Amino acid sequence: MLKQTEGSRAVAEAVALSRPEVICAYPISPQTHIVEGLGEMVKRGTLTPCEFINVESEFAAMSVAIGSSAAGARTYTATASQGLLFMAEAIYNASGLGLPIVMTVANRAIGAPINIWNDHSDSMSQRDCGWIQLFAESNQEALDLHIQAFKLAEELSMPVMVCMDGFILTHAYERVDIPEQAEVDAFLPPYVPRQVLDPADPVSIGAMVGPEAFMEVRYLAHAKQLMALDVIPRIAQEFAQRFGRASGGLVRGYRTEGAATIVVALGSVIGTLKDTIDEMRADGIAIGVLGIQSFRPFPLLAVREALQKAERVVVLEKSFSVGLGGVVSTDVRLALAGLDPRVTTVVAGLGGRAITKASLHRTLREAIAGTLEPLTFMDLDWRIVNRQLEREAQMRRSGPIAENLLRDVGAVASKVR
Amino acid sequence: MGGLLAIAGDRLMLQIRIHGRGGQGVVTAAEMLSVAAFEQGRHAQAFPSFGSERTGAPVVAFCRIDDREIRLREPIQAPDVLIVQDPTLLHQVDVFQGLHADGYVLINSKRSFHDLGLADIEKRFRVERLTTLPATEIALKHLGRPLPNAVLLGGFAALSGLITLEAVAHAICTKFSGKTADANVAAASEAYLYIQREMEELAHAQTN
Repeated sequence: MLKQTEGSRAVAEAVALSRPEVICAYPISPQTHIVEGLGEMVKRGTLTPCEFINVESEFAAMSVAIGSSAAGARTYTATASQGLLFMAEAIYNASGLGLPIVMTVANRAIGAPINIWNDHSDSMSQRDCGWIQLFAESNQEALDLHIQAFKLAEELSMPVMVCMDGFILTHAYERVDIPEQAEVDAFLPPYVPRQVLDPADPVSIGAMVGPEAFMEVRYLAHAKQLMALDVIPRIAQEFAQRFGRASGGLVRGYRTEGAATIVVALGSVIGTLKDTIDEMRADGIAIGVLGIQSFRPFPLLAVREALQKAERVVVLEKSFSVGLGGVVSTDVRLALAGLDPRVTTVVAGLGGRAITKASLHRTLREAIAGTLEPLTFMDLDWRIVNRQLEREAQMRRSGPIAENLLRDVGAVASKVR
Repeated sequence: MGGLLAIAGDRLMLQIRIHGRGGQGVVTAAEMLSVAAFEQGRHAQAFPSFGSERTGAPVVAFCRIDDREIRLREPIQAPDVLIVQDPTLLHQVDVFQGLHADGYVLINSKRSFHDLGLADIEKRFRVERLTTLPATEIALKHLGRPLPNAVLLGGFAALSGLITLEAVAHAICTKFSGKTADANVAAASEAYLYIQREMEELAHAQTN
């Protein structure tokens, strides 16, 4: 059924259609509306049987999720930003134990400086935690990915993070097609656990493993992620056949045929990139975009195939590894090992800075002209950066950086963006 | 949809920016507008300017309407339509920033553009597309509270013809229920008639 609704509400409906049995969550913006919506459905009795558990922190949210998943319940939670960091220890436990929890990460920056806006720093910080990480381009894809995520998680017995851009998607009202319950039921069978805490057939889950088998247990986690490289596209194909639209998969190209330049990106910025690329194509520039839907496992072969004919690749990232540069770029370079394309990293949109078509036009044209630095921070205000560097060079007690820069920027309320 | 094509030229997408203050339902207005457009079979995207939400602080929300899927996610910098829910913003925020030459402007005020000190704006833009509406007064009359958002949408429907009053009423009912919904629909309908009358008077004055 077509509906004009908020991204968070659309995701709440998709999660409810997936019949979770336990939802445990702690509110943090911009994820709050999702679990609020689910909480209302449980309270109204429209989502049943399902237990909604209010917990006292994100650490508790993931800990409860581990317990309920181990007890054989289909389990869901959601978080963002500092909340994700606060649950980090339990996140590693969930994947280490092979528990198929599904979690939404409503992507948001990490402080300090305190910032509630969107970028990808939160989920990127958990890149190596052993969870599958899927990224949604639109609210429709976010909705679809949640239904796919339960199937994927349970088939492989490993947890899945569905990453959607905080505010940009979670707070956007747009048209979504919400599937019928019967269709979702036919796509997503009831959860049959590989391991379960069952008093009638007791096991322990979470043994201490010493040097004799630790590497093997960890290797098996990697082997499962490699299996996911086959399972993710298969599930996406099944989904497309049943629901009539392409969502998810490993990677998705747009106008990459004959493209000398291909932009690689994750999440909602792909939409703005598509509009930009249409305009550049109209100007005769051979350019396309490759969206990465599955960041973990990272589809090395699919990325290599999609990019191998390009002359240059621009990786547009909403996070970066301080002291190195692009996170996604590193993986893209690995995928292209031994091939020709020149890879440039463009870091953009940190802490909610708008990524505009105008800036993309300028930056991509510079990339094509060969004048772009290998690591570029798009729309960086060099004026305030240099003023702070000067201050630090001139005096010892230069003061707090964030406060200094805000003073240099002046009032922001008068600006539209 | 001749009105839409007339305003947007070869640009099929219509971009609306709503300015107001925290607590005035700015974000809800953009969301209702998107629901109204969806109701008329259009694609629509509404989103807030993602600030820290404080009562009284300047707030901006956006709405795009198109005949095809909307992929663009940047804030609206060159709007076709401006709705200003609080006239005190006129001296604090450059609300007219980026407005298209043939754009629509609807300001919540009892006073005219001229009396608001916006004579230069009247010269720069098409005067028949600029108007004020006493939305706070209409809201107080129907709702007993100074919430101008739904009222302004009724006014915008009359000013532009880009959405119908029926679609606005439907959108109001997706956000509010019971007496609040009825009162908002009544307020939006009064605003619609008010603007319609204003436009008739203007057209009459121009032909004479």
